[in-house]
Amino acid sequence: MKRFILLLGALLLAAAAHAQLTIDITTTGGRQIPVAIVPLAGENAQPQSVSAVVSADLSRTGLFRLVDASAVNPIPTEPSEVNFADWGARNAEALVIGRVEPQPDGRVEVRFRLFDVAKQSQLASYTYVVATAQLRATAHRIADVIYEKLTGDKGAFSTKIAYVVKRGTRYELQVADADGFNSQPVFASNEPIMSPSWSPDGSRLAYVSFDQKKPIVMVQNLAQGTTRAVAAFRGNNSAPAWSPDGRTLAVALTKDGLTQIYRMPSTGWPNPERLTSSAGIDTQPAYSPDGQWIAFTSDRGGSPQIYKMPAAGGPPQRLTFEGTYNVGPRFSPDGRSIVYVQRDGGRYRIASLELSTGQVQVLTDGTFDDSPSYAPNGKMILYEAQVAGRGQLAAVSGDGRVRQRLTSAAGDIQDPAWGPMPTN
Amino acid sequence: MKHIALCTVLLLALAGCAKDQKEAKVEDHSTPGTQQTAPRTEGTGSTTRPTNEGNITGNPLTDPSSPLSKRSVYFDFDSNEVKDEYRGLLQAHARYIADHRDARVRIEGNTDERGSREYNLALGQRRAEAVKRVMTVLGADGNRIETISYGEEKPKSQGHDEAAWAENRRADIRYAGE
Repeated sequence: MKRFILLLGALLLAAAAHAQLTIDITTTGGRQIPVAIVPLAGENAQPQSVSAVVSADLSRTGLFRLVDASAVNPIPTEPSEVNFADWGARNAEALVIGRVEPQPDGRVEVRFRLFDVAKQSQLASYTYVVATAQLRATAHRIADVIYEKLTGDKGAFSTKIAYVVKRGTRYELQVADADGFNSQPVFASNEPIMSPSWSPDGSRLAYVSFDQKKPIVMVQNLAQGTTRAVAAFRGNNSAPAWSPDGRTLAVALTKDGLTQIYRMPSTGWPNPERLTSSAGIDTQPAYSPDGQWIAFTSDRGGSPQIYKMPAAGGPPQRLTFEGTYNVGPRFSPDGRSIVYVQRDGGRYRIASLELSTGQVQVLTDGTFDDSPSYAPNGKMILYEAQVAGRGQLAAVSGDGRVRQRLTSAAGDIQDPAWGPMPTN
Repeated sequence: MKHIALCTVLLLALAGCAKDQKEAKVEDHSTPGTQQTAPRTEGTGSTTRPTNEGNITGNPLTDPSSPLSKRSVYFDFDSNEVKDEYRGLLQAHARYIADHRDARVRIEGNTDERGSREYNLALGQRRAEAVKRVMTVLGADGNRIETISYGEEKPKSQGHDEAAWAENRRADIRYAGE
């Protein structure tokens, strides 16, 4: 069991002034790739250290061990300046070097190289010319390259997350970078906000607003800031879920009695098509990545369990059988697993179910864990963990080995949702 | 199950569960005009409690001595059974709604904080729906009752113990304009 804490700098945003995020990572077993990330030459003169962000990104995955590279002098910036034998002696398997150089137009050029220390060969080399305000985003892109070269999987460091922050009676829907930085409020209300859901292209957020004193499904265009009520029927309107092509929203409505699942165009529609018809509660729809299925929660069998049905409706098939409370399914990006919330002896935890084998694994050890959401590379699952009555962001790897807790001093954080891969 | 039992008890004096549900359905399909005449004619029931109306000055909905000022129905954990102790309260509201054809009501269901938010939203709505069903059975026009839920989102008690949870497993009756 290995445990370390990263203290990341202060946020200086109107919404979260001086809020400090502490990221607490717990790793159990498994090999970690030792990687040396040398400070980039010239980065000290910039408002943002690139190597610090890259190091934090890689550390958070639990898949890397950072080899101390702070005392290297002079800082190597070219392959010819690298002493591979020295890095081998420090047990580094991979090495990152680079430099940041101001350009005449005020922008900066960021160059980095990734080496295989044992083979003394270059694995990647990239150059970016960006505004200084983009240094953090550039560092995430560098971390994505390193992660993919060393693990074979796509990195998800350049993605966004959405979540709800409650402070007193004030609710804010916020969008932030995947590491919790650069949070921006996109909608605020004195009434609750729930269940943010990203459109597959990341351009829109669907969510549930109680601004009209009852739950209504809204869709907000993030670039334009325009908002539209897409489901405001009699009773409750909630649990929006996008089809993979972004054209259809599955929602939970009570316009015909108890909560049932309907679908409609994501632009809204006066006559949503009813997909379920049970005598109980059917809610929390989630499309499979291929768009063929909808997983959902239903208590038609006496206790809430997870079912799936064809996306156009049709006979449901029960997927969970252990326990009396299994709710809120989300498919993994490869469609092979679902994660959900299970109750066991009064404790609510995130579990995963492998669909081909029926194998269930409990991934978290909290008391009130809720709202699991896969990273778009399928490697981590973001969720809400209650600590001392306050919601906090937490994440766990798909195999349960690596856990992170992102603690913010400000507010009660609810309903996180991990956004898609950036489109560019 | 328990729900059906309660329904049966309430309706033994009337015509029975099945028949009343049929009647409720018929009401659903009638036009607003005809709905309003039906409870109105039976609404001579207002003469059955002349003393009430005579004594109450101001709004009976807010008069503390009127059962109509009581608005909350509490539930057990994981249950949407409307307990017998709320029958009098719901009877009073059902009669008021039948007598006042402009009265529009929203029943707001709530849950305690435990469990998944979206599922709790659905559970709260089922509690509101259970209260509505009892009121409909007792003569209220279901078309003028909207059921919604706040789930666990608007706890009346902010605590995190059994007492707070019991306070928050609740459905509230709210009249339009209040």
